[in-house]
Amino acid sequence: MNAGRLKQILLITDGCSNYGEDPVAVAALARNQGVTVNVIGVLDDHQPGEPQGLKEVESIAEAGGGVSQIVYQKNLSETVQMVTKQAMTQTIQGVVNKELQHILGERKTIEELPPEQRGEVVEIVDDLGETCQLEVLVLVDSSASMHHKLPTVKEALADLSLSLNARSGSNQFSVYSFPDPKHTIKQRVDWTSELSAIHNLFSRLSSGGYTPTGPALKEALYAFTNKSIRRDEGRVDPYEETGF
Amino acid sequence: MKKPVFNVTDGTLVRGKWNHHAYHIVNKLGEGACGAVYLCRKNGVSYALKIGTESSRLMLEVNMLKKFSKVQGVKLGPSFVDVDDWVTSTGSTYPFYVMEYIKGDSLAAFLRGKKKEWVGICAMQLLSDLEHLHQAGFVFGDLKTDNLLIADSKVQWIDVGGVTAIGRAIKEYTEFYDRGYWGYGSRKAEPGYDLFAVTMIMLETVYPKRFKAQKDPKKTLQEKLKQAPLPSEYKKVINDCWQGKYYTAKGMKEALGQILMKRAHPAQTVTRKSLHHEAAEWGEMLGVTFIALVFYGISAWNLWL
Repeated sequence: MNAGRLKQILLITDGCSNYGEDPVAVAALARNQGVTVNVIGVLDDHQPGEPQGLKEVESIAEAGGGVSQIVYQKNLSETVQMVTKQAMTQTIQGVVNKELQHILGERKTIEELPPEQRGEVVEIVDDLGETCQLEVLVLVDSSASMHHKLPTVKEALADLSLSLNARSGSNQFSVYSFPDPKHTIKQRVDWTSELSAIHNLFSRLSSGGYTPTGPALKEALYAFTNKSIRRDEGRVDPYEETGF
Repeated sequence: MKKPVFNVTDGTLVRGKWNHHAYHIVNKLGEGACGAVYLCRKNGVSYALKIGTESSRLMLEVNMLKKFSKVQGVKLGPSFVDVDDWVTSTGSTYPFYVMEYIKGDSLAAFLRGKKKEWVGICAMQLLSDLEHLHQAGFVFGDLKTDNLLIADSKVQWIDVGGVTAIGRAIKEYTEFYDRGYWGYGSRKAEPGYDLFAVTMIMLETVYPKRFKAQKDPKKTLQEKLKQAPLPSEYKKVINDCWQGKYYTAKGMKEALGQILMKRAHPAQTVTRKSLHHEAAEWGEMLGVTFIALVFYGISAWNLWL
């Protein structure tokens, strides 16, 4: 079996969207297009519990078929790689569950199998997670309240590529930030397999007082679609190393 | 991540849905990322029972435990007993597995009040087990003090959830013990990954609260090593490991073994005081020789005349 290429959007934010279309609806659209949406809500180190504004985090990920987590800044690195891997496993399990239903001719999931068979199936899921190709578009909320958290975000992204590049399967990452006055989102890093040693990742930030999470997600989805068009035309090698 | 939602209290009867074995929960032993471990009893025998929410992760652990009982006749980790699903009175289903109960002390409790050479002995024991594991084609992965117990003065592994086939991506890790976090290599499962974790366990014996990386992780680590109240020979082995000098558990074990054997002999060391003394002696001797030569010269000259 081949899990092929998995596509994920990883949204890193610290607050509620307040402009444009509903991000939950866009996430549902993305899922429908075969792109999983994961969301990480970043708290300040002294911020108490789960504030109101971050309730959206869970709904977006749920609609996007992904994983969500609210974390303190200091745990961001661990969380980013965990969320990405977990979403990967979840997607593969979804594919395997469909296959199971196809074979067994009834609504049966991995969890419902007797332990012996389950043990064999989880090995297959694990193998696919190790070998599948993964594309992650990282979408970073860089509104004013996020500015001081961006160095931590940068570290977490370097750590993410360290974790994922240890796999046998290939990885592609790109990084976008929002808001951008002209195009809603701004590309910070073009598709690459390596996110460490990227300098000036978040330079020249514009800080508007608005957070257009929905429109930004939609632009990110377009960026993904454009990428596959580019690939299909075969003019651009997606695995070409980009210099910074 | 998320706290387990099941409610297992002391005295709960956990009965398997498939194999129908029943286990009486005695008390909780610990809690991890994907579940909790309880001491339980069946027919008067004590076992450890792990119950979780993530079925697939638990099953992968079971597969590992089963594999371990077959590794070249050497016992690595607790033996596997049973795997099943438990349906609670409210109708929810939770996967669980049962393994041998290992009773022991934490490494910190065991080392308390003991001489520093025990740090080396424990590290050597760990490396011996790792040698077998690596030869079987696996690395331990999430090697940390929480996953170890000392029973009968011997280091034992109690959680094999992080064991990964060599060449794959490390399944689970804890930042303090992770070479990737400190900038000393990748998160690919290689013997060197475990060797690094062993050095961090050695460091943890003198930094029980652990520590975090500052701006330059490598520098933080080097400074902590420099300040560590450990014998300098150990520090050298630790640093050699970081510099990639050891490719196998065996190589590092031998280096530690040499130190421990050497320390058993009475002092062969040369202190500064005796060095000083020796130098003075040398000076004295040179002086005497010089005077003797002068006299000899004079007498030879006289004789010639």
